[in-house]
Amino acid sequence: MIWNEARECMSRDEMNNLQSARLRKAVNRVYHNVEPYRKKMQEAGLEPGDINGIEDIEKLPFTTKDDLRDNYPFGLFAVPLSEIVRIHASSGTTGKATVVGYTRKDIDVWAECVARCCAMAGLGRNDIIQVAYGYGLFTGGLGGHYGAEHLGATVVPMSTGNTQKLIDMMIDFGATGLMCTPSYLMHIAEVIEERGLKDKIKLKATLNGAEPWTENMRKQIEERLGIEAHDIYGLSEIMGPGVATDCHFHRGLHIFEDHFYPEIVDPKTLKPVPDGETGELVITTLTKEGIPMIRYRTKDLTSITHEKCECGRTTARISRFKGRSDDMLIIRGVNVFPSQVEAALLTVDGITPNYQIIVDRVNHQDTLAILVEVEERFFSDEIKELENLQKKIEHAVHQAIGLHAKIKLVEPKTIERSMGKAVRVIDKRKLD
Amino acid sequence: MFIKQLTVFIENRAGRLEQVTQILKDNNINIVSVSLADTSDYGLLRLILSDPDKAVTVLKEAGLSAMTTNVIAVKLTQHVGKLGELLAILSGAGVNVEYMYGLTSGDENASIVLKTSDQNKALDAITASTFELLTTEETYSMND
Repeated sequence: MIWNEARECMSRDEMNNLQSARLRKAVNRVYHNVEPYRKKMQEAGLEPGDINGIEDIEKLPFTTKDDLRDNYPFGLFAVPLSEIVRIHASSGTTGKATVVGYTRKDIDVWAECVARCCAMAGLGRNDIIQVAYGYGLFTGGLGGHYGAEHLGATVVPMSTGNTQKLIDMMIDFGATGLMCTPSYLMHIAEVIEERGLKDKIKLKATLNGAEPWTENMRKQIEERLGIEAHDIYGLSEIMGPGVATDCHFHRGLHIFEDHFYPEIVDPKTLKPVPDGETGELVITTLTKEGIPMIRYRTKDLTSITHEKCECGRTTARISRFKGRSDDMLIIRGVNVFPSQVEAALLTVDGITPNYQIIVDRVNHQDTLAILVEVEERFFSDEIKELENLQKKIEHAVHQAIGLHAKIKLVEPKTIERSMGKAVRVIDKRKLD
Repeated sequence: MFIKQLTVFIENRAGRLEQVTQILKDNNINIVSVSLADTSDYGLLRLILSDPDKAVTVLKEAGLSAMTTNVIAVKLTQHVGKLGELLAILSGAGVNVEYMYGLTSGDENASIVLKTSDQNKALDAITASTFELLTTEETYSMND
């Protein structure tokens, strides 16, 4: 089912007109209400009148996560706080939190977008949907919740953590929809299999996002549970989950272009690349009031097509994500920058040891290991001293990124070096 | 008197141990005694050698983590209960044994290498007892 046919099936011309009108409004709004945006535009010699249509978007300066950090917490808000009804903040990072605010209308738009996603997954008002994203500062829980409610479904706010209860309720209530991260869905599937309950569940469709996963993983989970799984994309800077989702045909994620204008640029030259070519996804929010984003560099690598989909929707589709153009890792749904791990290691000994972060996926769950070369200053002839060191590092890393890492002590000079420089991150997860 | 033990960090990978012995051989250093403490990922190789200082230098040059530690070597006659007597002396002095291992010798007597929670206290207690310590010269040249 198509939730909003008027918006999701527009002709290209109609869409361009709508986008142009909305962009002009958005540019006016940020120029007059957000000082950092005004300054950037002035530096580029631009005035709102220079932006006449969507084709002028390339004249506008980019926005990055640094802009959000530099203007922490509310510096990029375009409305007074009296208009803001909700705050969210980015997940799992220390000292790198990015704060976003929503007006009542922003919350409504968000719910509308998530409802479109649910409809794309074949869910509707007669469905019972469990939301098993974390509820809190993270956008997943509340974002999914409001969207599923807007859809008219019966929403069960599970949050994360109690898998047994989630499965019990899935069976007892006859839940037909589920929203959670792909790795959590894998875990749920395993527990269902272990308990031999596959025949008892009525689950039809799932919406899974907040971390990268593969097409293979999607197909596998569909077979294991006898369901249809959908990829839902989003980021708090733009809104949260619900920026794009794949339909029944699974040929890319439909991006809701009437609210989010997508561009794909070469991450080095920042020039646009043609449809079908991989580049960095840049999004402009066309309707957002609380914290509008003009040409926000998502750092997510993908490609785009504007061809009409078999499902009938005309909205552009972005391909499954191919990686990141910065060094951010997404591990079990948590954003991790290698610099955070390095800073944590520094607190243990005062000097940065030679280290390497190894991310892998074992049984569909992300694993994080950190190799640390045993240097003279923390070497010991006693095992217990080395084990203490491992515990100290493990603790410091957990404090910094909120994830448990396996600390492996290795011999000096064994960490792979490329052109004399140590390779700091090895991501063994295969995502294609 | 303390003797020097060499400790080398080695990962649990094929050939690591062999590399250490090869380096020692190439530098004409004799292994008097060897002990290995292992965990699931790595081990600590503890060695009594004919020339521990030279060994540290050459192993570090080869890129390994190596260090020397002062340990105590005590002669034990081959009698039932001898080790127990020694340990009673240490516990009497309030000293805890961190690790120990046997020292192979050619003659009829055995010896033991000790690392304790307080090496000075342990040394005093043993010196004051009837137990005999091995000297550096005796140890390093053992089995020559």
